[in-house]
Amino acid sequence: MNLTMVLDMAADAFGDRAVLGRRAEALTACRLRELAAGGARRIQASGADSVVYLAVNGPAFPVALFAAALAGVPLVPVNYRLGAEQLAQVLANHPRALGIADPGQTAVLTQAGISARTPQDWLGEAAQDVPESAGPAGGDAPAAIIYTSGTTSKPKGVVLRHQNLTSYVLETVEFASAGEDEAALMSVPPYHIAAVSNVLSNLYSGRRVLTLEAFSPERWLDTVREEEVTNAMVVPTMLARIMNCGHDRSVPSLRALAYGGAKMPLKVVERALREWPHVGFVNAYGLTETSSTISVLGPEEHRAAVGSTDETVRARLESAGKVVPAIEMEIRDEDGQVLPPGRTGRIWVRGEQVSTEYAGLGSSIDERGFFDTRDRGRLDEEGFLFIEGRIDDTIIRGGENIAPAEIEDVLLHHPDVDDAVVVGVPDDEWGQRIEAAVVPRPGAKVDIGALREHVRGRLRGSKTPDYIAVWEELPRTPTGKIVRRDVVRGLLGERATS
Amino acid sequence: MKPRVGQFLASTVDGTTVIVVKAPDGDVTITCGGAAMVDPKAKEQPPAGEADPAQMGGSELGKRYADEDLGLEVLVTKPGQGTIAVNGTPLPLKDAKPLPASD
Repeated sequence: MNLTMVLDMAADAFGDRAVLGRRAEALTACRLRELAAGGARRIQASGADSVVYLAVNGPAFPVALFAAALAGVPLVPVNYRLGAEQLAQVLANHPRALGIADPGQTAVLTQAGISARTPQDWLGEAAQDVPESAGPAGGDAPAAIIYTSGTTSKPKGVVLRHQNLTSYVLETVEFASAGEDEAALMSVPPYHIAAVSNVLSNLYSGRRVLTLEAFSPERWLDTVREEEVTNAMVVPTMLARIMNCGHDRSVPSLRALAYGGAKMPLKVVERALREWPHVGFVNAYGLTETSSTISVLGPEEHRAAVGSTDETVRARLESAGKVVPAIEMEIRDEDGQVLPPGRTGRIWVRGEQVSTEYAGLGSSIDERGFFDTRDRGRLDEEGFLFIEGRIDDTIIRGGENIAPAEIEDVLLHHPDVDDAVVVGVPDDEWGQRIEAAVVPRPGAKVDIGALREHVRGRLRGSKTPDYIAVWEELPRTPTGKIVRRDVVRGLLGERATS
Repeated sequence: MKPRVGQFLASTVDGTTVIVVKAPDGDVTITCGGAAMVDPKAKEQPPAGEADPAQMGGSELGKRYADEDLGLEVLVTKPGQGTIAVNGTPLPLKDAKPLPASD
């Protein structure tokens, strides 16, 4: 099945409904289909083999996604914050693309030999040239190529086929289930998988989508109130900033808030649950390679966990919930043996929504069709999934494998600590030694000696950081992932100058 | 007919349309209100069918109707009064608990 099916279904079932943009200027589902057809004609006339999107989020993005689908070429949303060298590397993979870029970035595309137009011009072109009908492209073609964030390795192009994305939508969303008053606010940039899946799942459910070009807590809160937003998706750092800002934090229209993309600090979600008792919270775990969500902790599970005195139930507030029905998951040890509940291992998944290939690098699945997430995790007896960090972040200290997430958890539970990261720093004697950086709670003063004792009391000596730095903030990507190599660099620099 | 996944089918007795989500390998007869459903994109549209009053149980927008044994599943993209049936047997509504919106 092709992504255009989602658009056709929406336009046929609720064509006059506003589905995109702010109320005053919203596009209907039928208009979106017309613009997609006009855009597709442009793409086909240009002979382009892909569409590169190097711009902030806005109505031009869904038009580009569906136009590319109709034209039978993949959409390649590119991170506009990449450094010049990485950007050039990515663009070199798509020399025959049609380019859409913000005014400040058009030169970058032109230098790479890619034609460039702004999102505004793109919408104008699409509107000018609307054919009466457009034929859909094949189902097995790539619908999108999304580059991984590259926080642990070089960015890889994840090939998401129409089949992957449509199966995700069909299996996790109920068609036309949203009320006419529903509106979703999307705050992640278009190069994030959630931005792509969000366009599809909201259109499919019939919910109007709004985007924030650039996130700020004040703008987010104002938009929720002005546009009477009912659903929103944020990454954890955004929710932390919203909860810490001095702006009016009332969100009367909000019904559901989804979060994901990185670990949510317990204190932040507890506070949000307290402040917004009328909101249903949803924690979604997924990867670019899995077309977004593969496990979900739902609203009732959040409330049950936070209100429970049973430690097992309460701990689930920090879980990624239960695996969605269309996904099979295995927790395997390093020899490939499947582990029982309670045991930590490597998370493998299989399902139609899972990408099977990296562009130019070949297959990404094993002989049984399972994909290695490179995340460490475990399932509890009732099937709740706990994520324990990336395999690639493992610290090897004196031959012992240590997962930073376990130590980070202990640090984060300390009342004076708001944010924490633990990394391995090169060490002549141990190979790597454990060091940490913490961000104190506003107004708190962190006693390093006491904090190390706090860790030693809960874990053991070999897992206690040799050094803990106190920083004002941790280096994170705009989508909330900690950049560990920058943490290591910062710690090394700090030791060199102290 | 041999339905394909992703194919739209239209009723000839009312406004019902469905999309085929799962399709069996062999030939099946899919009807709405007792009359065969047709490809709405076909060049020549068949004449309006005659509704069987006994098969006017209706369908709901966005819901799936499936015969698990046969491997056929359709999703209603426009609801109507006719009952959707396969090989003469009404397709039961598939009971699925929707997941909370996660993105």
